[in-house]
Amino acid sequence: MALPKYTEPHYRIWHYIYLTICGAVFFFLIAPLFVIFPLSFNAEEFLSFSDGMKSLDPDAFSLRWYKDMIYGTKNPWGLAAKNSFIIAIFATIGSVILGTVAALGLSSRHMPYKGLIMAVLISPMIVPLIISGVAIFFFMAKAGLAATHTGIVLAHIILGTPFVVITVTATLSGFDHSVTRAAASLGSDPVNTFMKITLPLILPGVISGGLFAFVTSFDEVVVVLFLAGLENTTIPIQMWTGLREQLSPTILAVATCLIILSTLILVTAELLRRRSERLRGINR
Amino acid sequence: MSSEIKQILTTDGIPLEVSLKKAERKNKIKAFLLVAPLLLFLIITYVFPIGDMLFRSIDDKMVTQMLPKTFKAMENWDGQELPDEEVFAAFHEDFIKLVEDKREGKLSTQLNYTKNGFKSIIKKLRRASKKFEEGNYKEQIMAVHKRWADVEYWRAIQRRAPEFTGQKYLKGMDMYVNEEGKIVSVEEDRRIHRVLWLRTLEIAFFVTVFCFLMAYPIAHLLATLPMKYSNLLMICVLLPFWTSLLVRTASWMILLQQQGIVNDFFVGIGLVADDNRPEMMYNKTGSYVAMTQILLPFMVLPLYSVMKTISPSLMRAGKSLGGTPFVAFWKVYFPLTIPGIGAGCLLVFILAIGYYITPALVGGASGTLISNQIAFHMKSTLDWSFASAMGLMLLSGVLVIYWLYNKIVGIDNIKLG
Repeated sequence: MALPKYTEPHYRIWHYIYLTICGAVFFFLIAPLFVIFPLSFNAEEFLSFSDGMKSLDPDAFSLRWYKDMIYGTKNPWGLAAKNSFIIAIFATIGSVILGTVAALGLSSRHMPYKGLIMAVLISPMIVPLIISGVAIFFFMAKAGLAATHTGIVLAHIILGTPFVVITVTATLSGFDHSVTRAAASLGSDPVNTFMKITLPLILPGVISGGLFAFVTSFDEVVVVLFLAGLENTTIPIQMWTGLREQLSPTILAVATCLIILSTLILVTAELLRRRSERLRGINR
Repeated sequence: MSSEIKQILTTDGIPLEVSLKKAERKNKIKAFLLVAPLLLFLIITYVFPIGDMLFRSIDDKMVTQMLPKTFKAMENWDGQELPDEEVFAAFHEDFIKLVEDKREGKLSTQLNYTKNGFKSIIKKLRRASKKFEEGNYKEQIMAVHKRWADVEYWRAIQRRAPEFTGQKYLKGMDMYVNEEGKIVSVEEDRRIHRVLWLRTLEIAFFVTVFCFLMAYPIAHLLATLPMKYSNLLMICVLLPFWTSLLVRTASWMILLQQQGIVNDFFVGIGLVADDNRPEMMYNKTGSYVAMTQILLPFMVLPLYSVMKTISPSLMRAGKSLGGTPFVAFWKVYFPLTIPGIGAGCLLVFILAIGYYITPALVGGASGTLISNQIAFHMKSTLDWSFASAMGLMLLSGVLVIYWLYNKIVGIDNIKLG
């Protein structure tokens, strides 16, 4: 943002102050994530930079915490990662199916009580997690689903569907309904129309909603803390336990892997958003 | 003439109006059927359980069911002097049954909530009751311990007769019903819950303010920079947004610890002495810093999406009409961003008020919030009805804020970046 030549000096100064403030805030946002990277390669057991690391001595860096994460004795991370992925995948599938179908209904202009139903459907996003956790725990305990994978998957479907409903409804808001009518007039049945016409067009919205649902499930700890038994431990639960008891560098190794995963998800989501905007004809 | 207007018929002879209505209804049902699976699922697994919380929080049937005959006999008791033999006999009968079912321990725990001192006298009564002779239970029970002859204790039992009670809500506000049946506050040094509510509001408020002050300039920068730069900087906002909450909290734990990088830096620039490193974690400071950073993207994104729609020519027009850049900003730009400010602030405030994980990890004793207390009662004391009551108090607060949100911004304007 270059300033025009005629800018008066005190505005120029003010402009640079503004840029400095912005820089500081960006630094505050992003820097904490980058602290984890180098420390996860620490050769020692401390969570601060050793003198060797400061002078970039190669001996001060090692992969020992990554080895510990994968091969360590009595290692919880393998089971936790397996559980986390299984739960997140099933929760995502459930959320996407339920959420997309509901969004289709909500976007119909014939839908009665739209506001009220929308409020119910996205309520799990607005109610504080701790309250959702208590309520879902009561339900799962009564249904005999506490400390089961099924229970946790159902809980994460509850928490994940609002994101799918919102993203798919947003995609459908720019949807040209005459294409489905065209399909119908050419003899296509509703299911066929949905699969061949509607779904491909709203797919970016569906996938980005699914990504939100996946991340929500993969990162969720409050509800799982109430629901999980020893068998259903997940990565967030293990991190929570680890952070409470003793900060070990192994956690940083796991955290680094999670940051890489979230970067991948971020890139996918961004690409999808742009594609969706292109398809909906929103040009900026 | 008007009566002679013929109804318009469709080809199969049905009046058009009827036919249209039928089609309309069919469409309505179709739309509703699509929403129905999710709606039903949520109602069963989510909405009802929240209702169940309400029921649990006021439910007080346990004692009512344990002492049915006693409460029946107490109906005729005025509560002034010791109850007569009839009540004692009924109590004895209920109590013997409880001992047989091995449930007298539960009774003593429950009664102890109402008045301290029941635990030991119920234990004594259990031992003594084995040798009780038939008849004249009043004297036999009173002989077990002098508290059984104290009318206060019988009044305490009588207070547990109703099936529903609001005392958990009173407890959440550090109040209780005293012996005279009046609602009073607990002693000043035991008002832990009020402190927590106030602290929760305070932290949520200041975190919102900090987020706003930090998010406004960067959202403005993102909205005014050319696309290729702003996309790059947007990553700085979106990457933390997509990163696991626990990872972000972990990084703050590393940064803020006493031998951590922030303290090293302060020592390095000579701000603090090496042997006098400030405690920045396990207290309020920890909660403030970590929560502000974690919630910042939720402020930036709504602000950005509003600022993006404001045409830069408006500022130029303001300036060309004689305003200094500051006046133009304050009179033209700022009012246009108010919807974004409202959305961001309420979003951050709602999230902050229910925060659990981060305060539990970096907040220590002085930085924990009401959510931590709810989790504590769910997992440690197992006083689920109290946890439910506090959860619902928190929820009603959030609903009020949410209602405001809906009034100001509208529910459909929630943007996910």
